[in-house]
Amino acid sequence: MRRERSALAAILPFLWLAIFFAFPFLLVAKLSLSDAALAMPPYAPRIDWSQGLAGVQAFLAGLDGETYARLTQDRLYLDAYLSSLRLAATGTLILLLIGYPIAYGISRCPPRLRQALVMAVILPFWTSFLIRIYAWIAILKPAGLLNVVLAKLGLPAVDILNTETAVLLGLVYAYLPFMVLPLYAVLDRQDETLIEAAQDLGATPISAFWRVTFPISLPGAAAGALLCFIPMAGEFVIPDLLGGSDTLMLGKVIWTEFFANRDWPAASAVAIVLLATLTIPILLFERQQAKVLR
Amino acid sequence: MAGWWKALGLGVVLAVAACSPKAEKASAEGGTLRIYNWSDYIDPELLTQFTKETGIKVTYDTFDSNEVLETKVLQGGTGYDLVVPSNHNVPRYITAGAIQPLDKSKLPGLDKLSPEMRAHMEPFDAGGKYVVPYMQGTIGIGYNADKVRQRLGDMKVDSWAVVFDPAVLAKLKDCGVYFLDASEDMYAVALNYLGKDPNSTKVEDYNAATALMLKARPYVKKFHSSEYIDALANGDICVAIGYSGDVLQAKDRAADAKNGVNIAYAVPKEGSQVWFDVFAIPKDAPNAPAAHAFMAFMLRPEIIAKASNATRYANPNAAATSLVDADLRNDPNVYLTPEVSKRLFVTTTKGQDLLRDVNRQWTRVLTGR
Repeated sequence: MRRERSALAAILPFLWLAIFFAFPFLLVAKLSLSDAALAMPPYAPRIDWSQGLAGVQAFLAGLDGETYARLTQDRLYLDAYLSSLRLAATGTLILLLIGYPIAYGISRCPPRLRQALVMAVILPFWTSFLIRIYAWIAILKPAGLLNVVLAKLGLPAVDILNTETAVLLGLVYAYLPFMVLPLYAVLDRQDETLIEAAQDLGATPISAFWRVTFPISLPGAAAGALLCFIPMAGEFVIPDLLGGSDTLMLGKVIWTEFFANRDWPAASAVAIVLLATLTIPILLFERQQAKVLR
Repeated sequence: MAGWWKALGLGVVLAVAACSPKAEKASAEGGTLRIYNWSDYIDPELLTQFTKETGIKVTYDTFDSNEVLETKVLQGGTGYDLVVPSNHNVPRYITAGAIQPLDKSKLPGLDKLSPEMRAHMEPFDAGGKYVVPYMQGTIGIGYNADKVRQRLGDMKVDSWAVVFDPAVLAKLKDCGVYFLDASEDMYAVALNYLGKDPNSTKVEDYNAATALMLKARPYVKKFHSSEYIDALANGDICVAIGYSGDVLQAKDRAADAKNGVNIAYAVPKEGSQVWFDVFAIPKDAPNAPAAHAFMAFMLRPEIIAKASNATRYANPNAAATSLVDADLRNDPNVYLTPEVSKRLFVTTTKGQDLLRDVNRQWTRVLTGR
C-alpha cells in the first residue's frame, strides 16, 4: 500500500506535466507545421479519421516547416524577439535592484512587522491584474495623476503613456512581488549565527553581507529572476495597454498573427520559438544548480 | 453504484433532448439571442423594444475589426447567433463554411431592400443567400473644423493629401492625427490616393502604399479603429481617417456636450471606399430562429430608420429613407448623391497569400520598421 502511494506520488507530477504541458505543446507544434487555410478552423491539413491510417499518413505528408522558414525571412520577428528579451532583461535587472533591498529590509524587521510587510507585498494581488494596469493609464496619461502632481511641484509635464518607458514601468510594477517573495524566503531562513560568526572573526557589517548573506541569497535571486524574466518576455497585456504601436513584443506579435493576420500556424511557430529560446537558459540554470549541489 | 449509473443515464437523455431540433424550435419562442456587432452601431433602445415584442433576451457584444470577428467565427463555438461582417469578407465566410444560408420565408421585409444595394452585394453573396445588408458607409476624413483652419488656413479638407502628405501633416501633428487600424481599408484608400487600383493584386503597389504610410507615420498619434469618435468629440485630436457614421456620431456628441467642438466629415476628391455591413448567422449558432426574428425586426422601415438616426449611417431599406432624419438623408456624404457615388469604389475579396503579405506590411507600418 505504501509503495503504491509513493509510486503514485512520483507519477502524478509527470501526469500533470503530460496533460498540461506536453499535450498542449504538441498541439501547438503540430499547428505550427500546418498552413493557414480558409476553413473552420482556419488551417490545413487536418487528420481525416474516416480514412484510417491512410488519413493519418496524408496528414503527416501535408506538414512542413514553411512557416518557420518565413520567420527567418522577415526581420520583424527577429526584432520582436530581441526587443522582448531586452525589455524582459532590463525589467529583471531593475526588479533585482528594487526587490533585493525590499526583501532584505523585510527579513531584518521584527517578526510581527515582517508578517504585515509580506502581506503588503501580496495585497495588490487581491485586485484584478487588468484593473491595476488600467489604473496606470489613468496615472500616466497626459492629463493624468502624474502630471497633476508634477505641475503642483512646479516641474514640467511628461508624456510617457504609449512608450517603452511606460511598458517597463508596468512590467516592474506587476512583477515586483514575484521577485520579492523568493528573495525574502531565502533571506528569512538565513541562520543569524553565521553573521555573528563572521563579525566575531573581524568582518565589518558590509563585508559580512557581501561574503555571507549575499552568496546564500543567490538561489533566491535566480529563482526570482526566472519567475519574472520568463513571463515578462511573453507579456501581452502590459505592452498592449501601456505601449505604443511601435512597442514590439512577442505577445503582441502572436496576437497580431492570430487575430489580424488570421494565420494560426505562424502564431504557433512564433510561440514555439519563444518557448525554445526561454527553455535554453532554464536548462543551463538547472545544470548549474545540479553542479552546485554535487 | 446503480444510482450513479442511473444519474448518468438521465443526464445523457436530458442532454440529447436539449440538442434535438424539437427543443430548438421551443426556444424560438424565447430564449436568448447573442449578437456580436461593431461598436457604436445600434440604438440600444431597439434591443429593448425587440425583447419586449418577441420575449427573446438579447446579449450584445462588440468588436471594432473585421479581422477579429473572422478569427472568432472561423474558430467556431463562439455561441453568437448573429454577426456583422463587411461586404468584402463575406465570400471568405461562405468558402470556409462558417455561416449558414438564410431561411427567407422568415424574412418578409427583404423585398424592401433597394435594388442598387442588391446589385452591389451580388458579387459577394450571389442571390442574397447568406446575408442581409444592415448599413452602408464610406471611409473619409473626420476633422475639427476650427483647429484645422487655424493650422491650414484656407486649404480645404477635400483631399487625402491632408492625411498622407508629410508637409501638411507636419502642421497638424501637434493637435493629433488618428489612423484606422484596419489594414485592408487603409491600403485601399492609400492605393487609390497613389492613383493605383485600390483592389490591386500586385505586391509592388502595396510596397508603394506602405512607403507612403511609413512617411506619414511619424505624424500619427495612434492607429485605432474606434477611439477616434470620443477623441474627436472631446477636441483631443484634430484629424482622423474614419468611417462616415462614426465621425458624424462624434459631431453629434460634441454638439450634445456644447463644448464648442465643431466636427466635419469629407469624402476626399480622389475617391474613397464605400462598404456595406451585413447580418450573418454563424453555422453553429445556438439560436438561429432568434437571429432570423431579429433580422426581420431590423428590416421593418420604422425600426431601421431609428437605427440610422442613432448610428448616422445610411441603410439600404428603400421604404425607410423618408423616415430617416432630414439632415441625415439630405447629407450627400451619407445618402450618397450620384456626384459622390462616382468617386467611390468597392473593395473586393483578397486571396489568402496576398492577404498575408498585406497584413505583414501593415504590421511594419504600425511598428514603424
